[in-house]
Amino acid sequence: MRKLIDKIVFSICSISTAIVLAILFIIIVYILLNGIFSINLAFFTSLPKPVGEEGGGMANAIVGSAIMVFIASLISIPISIGAAIYLAEFGKGYLATSVRFLVDVLAGVPSIVIGIFIYTLVVLPMKRFSAIAGALALAMIMIPTIVRATEEAIRLVPQTLREAGLALGAPYWRVTLEIVLVSARKAIISGVLLSIARIAGETAPLLFTALGNRFFVTVLDRPMSSLPVQIYSYAVSPYEDWHRQAWAATFLLVMFILVVNMSVRLFTRAKD
Amino acid sequence: MEKTLNSSSKDSVNLKPRKKRWLMSPASDKAFQKLTYSLAIFLFLLVTALVGSMIYNSKLSILKFGFGFVFSTTWDPVKEVFGALPFVYGTLVSSLIALLIAVPISLGVAIFLTEQCPYKLRPVVLTLVELLAAIPSVAYGLWGIFVLVPFMRNHVNPILEKVLGFLPLFKGPSYGIGLLTAGMILAVMIIPIITAISVSSLNAVPPTQREAALALGATRWEATQVVLLNARSGILGGVILGLGRALGETMAVTMVIGNRPEIATSLLAPAYTMASVIANEFTEATYDLYLHALIEIGILLFIITFIVQAIAQLFIRQITKGTKSHA
Repeated sequence: MRKLIDKIVFSICSISTAIVLAILFIIIVYILLNGIFSINLAFFTSLPKPVGEEGGGMANAIVGSAIMVFIASLISIPISIGAAIYLAEFGKGYLATSVRFLVDVLAGVPSIVIGIFIYTLVVLPMKRFSAIAGALALAMIMIPTIVRATEEAIRLVPQTLREAGLALGAPYWRVTLEIVLVSARKAIISGVLLSIARIAGETAPLLFTALGNRFFVTVLDRPMSSLPVQIYSYAVSPYEDWHRQAWAATFLLVMFILVVNMSVRLFTRAKD
Repeated sequence: MEKTLNSSSKDSVNLKPRKKRWLMSPASDKAFQKLTYSLAIFLFLLVTALVGSMIYNSKLSILKFGFGFVFSTTWDPVKEVFGALPFVYGTLVSSLIALLIAVPISLGVAIFLTEQCPYKLRPVVLTLVELLAAIPSVAYGLWGIFVLVPFMRNHVNPILEKVLGFLPLFKGPSYGIGLLTAGMILAVMIIPIITAISVSSLNAVPPTQREAALALGATRWEATQVVLLNARSGILGGVILGLGRALGETMAVTMVIGNRPEIATSLLAPAYTMASVIANEFTEATYDLYLHALIEIGILLFIITFIVQAIAQLFIRQITKGTKSHA
C-alpha cells in the first residue's frame, strides 16, 4: 500500500512536469507558426496603415522599442551599479538595510503602477505623452534587477583580490572599479541583459507614458510607438490583418527575448 | 586579473602629477563613497516619491469618497461615481484561481526536479520552466485571445457547465473570456516563480534529513514529506511571491477577462481587475476626478502587492538564513 501511494505521488509529479513543458511547447509553437506565416518584408520596412486598410508594417514600433530600451539602459545601468557598489562595499547599518528593502519593494511593484508614477511625474508636468517618459518607466523597472544581480556578484568577489589591489597602493575606489567590478563582470552583464530582455516586452508602463504613434518618430519629447503596445492595440482590434501583424510582432519580440535568455544561460553555465 | 592591474598602473603613470595625487588620495575614496552613497539615497527617494506623487495626484478621489471607495460597487464615469470593489474582487478572485491551479502543479514539478529527475536533466528542465517567466505578458495575452479563449468557450466551459452546472460558480452563459480564463493564464505565468523558489528551498534542506527518514524504513514519498515539511516556509514564500505577481499582472489579464465592472457569482462571467481598469481607462479619463480615482486604484494595488511582497520576503529570508547556519 505504501509503495502504491509512493508510485502514485511520483507519477503525479512527473505528469505535472509534463503538463508544464507541454504548455511551454504549445505557446511557443503557436507563436512560431503564426509568426512565420505572418511576417513579411513590409512588416519591417513600412509604417502602419490607417484603420481598415490592409498591409503596412511596424517599422516605427521596432525603432521606437529599440530607442526606448536603449535610453532606459543608459539611465538605469550607472545608477543601479553605483547603488549596488554602495550596498555591497560600504552598505552596513540602517540605511543599507532600508535601501535593500526598498529595492525589493520596487521589484515587486506592478509595472502598471510604475507607469502611473511616471505619468504623474513626467507626463503631467510636460502636458504631453513622450518617449522619454516611456524610457524612464522602463528604466525604473530595470533598476531593481540590476541592483540585485550586481550586489550579489560583487559579494562573490574574494576579499583577497581587494587586498592585493590595496597592497599595491591603489585607492579603494580604483580597486572597486578596476578589480572588483571587472572580476564580477560576467554576472553583472548577464543581469543587465536579462533585464533588457524583460523591459523589451513590457507593455503596461508604456500605455500612458509613451502612448504610441502611427508615425515614425525619433524625437524624445513626442509620443512614440513600441512593439508591445502595438501588439496590444492590434490584438484587441477587430481587423484580421492587424491580428496577423500582432502575431508577427509577437514572434519578433519573443524570439529576441528567448535568444537573449538562452544565450545568457548558456554563456554563464559554460564559464562556470 | 594581471592585465587589469597592469593597465591601471599604466594609466596612473600617464596622468598629470597633481591630478594623480588627488586620484590616489584618501579624498578621492571619500568622494567615490559619497557618489555611490548618493545613488543609494536616490533609490530611497525614488520609492518615497512614487508613493507621495501618487497620493498627491489622487487627492480629489480620496477626499471625495474616503474609505467608501474600497467598498462601493458602482463605477460610473458618466455620473462621476467611483467605487473600486468590482476591481478588487476581480483581482483577488482571478489570482486565487491562479494559485489553486499553479500551486499543486508547481509543487509537483519541484518534487520531480529534486527527487526524481536524472541529475543531468535537472538544469535543463528548470531552465525550460523558467523560460515561461521570460515570455512577455502581452504575448500571453495574444495567445489567450486567439487560442485559449476559443478553446475554453468551445470545449472546457460546456463540460464545466454540464458537470458542475448545479453550482452557482459555473452557471450562466459563457463567452470564453472571464475570471476562469484569466486565472488559467495567470497560473501559467506564476508557475515558474513558485517552482523556482520551491526547488531552491527543497535543495536547501540538508540531505541528512532525507537519509534519516529513508534509514528508518520510509518510502521515498514519506521521506519527501519530511523534506517538504522542512522546506515549508520557503515554499510558502514562493507561493506568496507568485500571488504578488498575479495580483499586479496587467496585459494578459486585460486581454482575456472581459473588462466588465460587475461582481458576478459565476467564474465563467466577464469581470475586471484593478490593473486592467487602469490600463484600459487611464488615457480615456477626461476629467480630473476620473483620473484621480484611477490613480487611487493604483495606490490600492500598490498597497496590496506591497503587503504580499513583504510577507513573502519574510518567509524567503528565513530559508536563506537557515541554509547559511547549516552550511
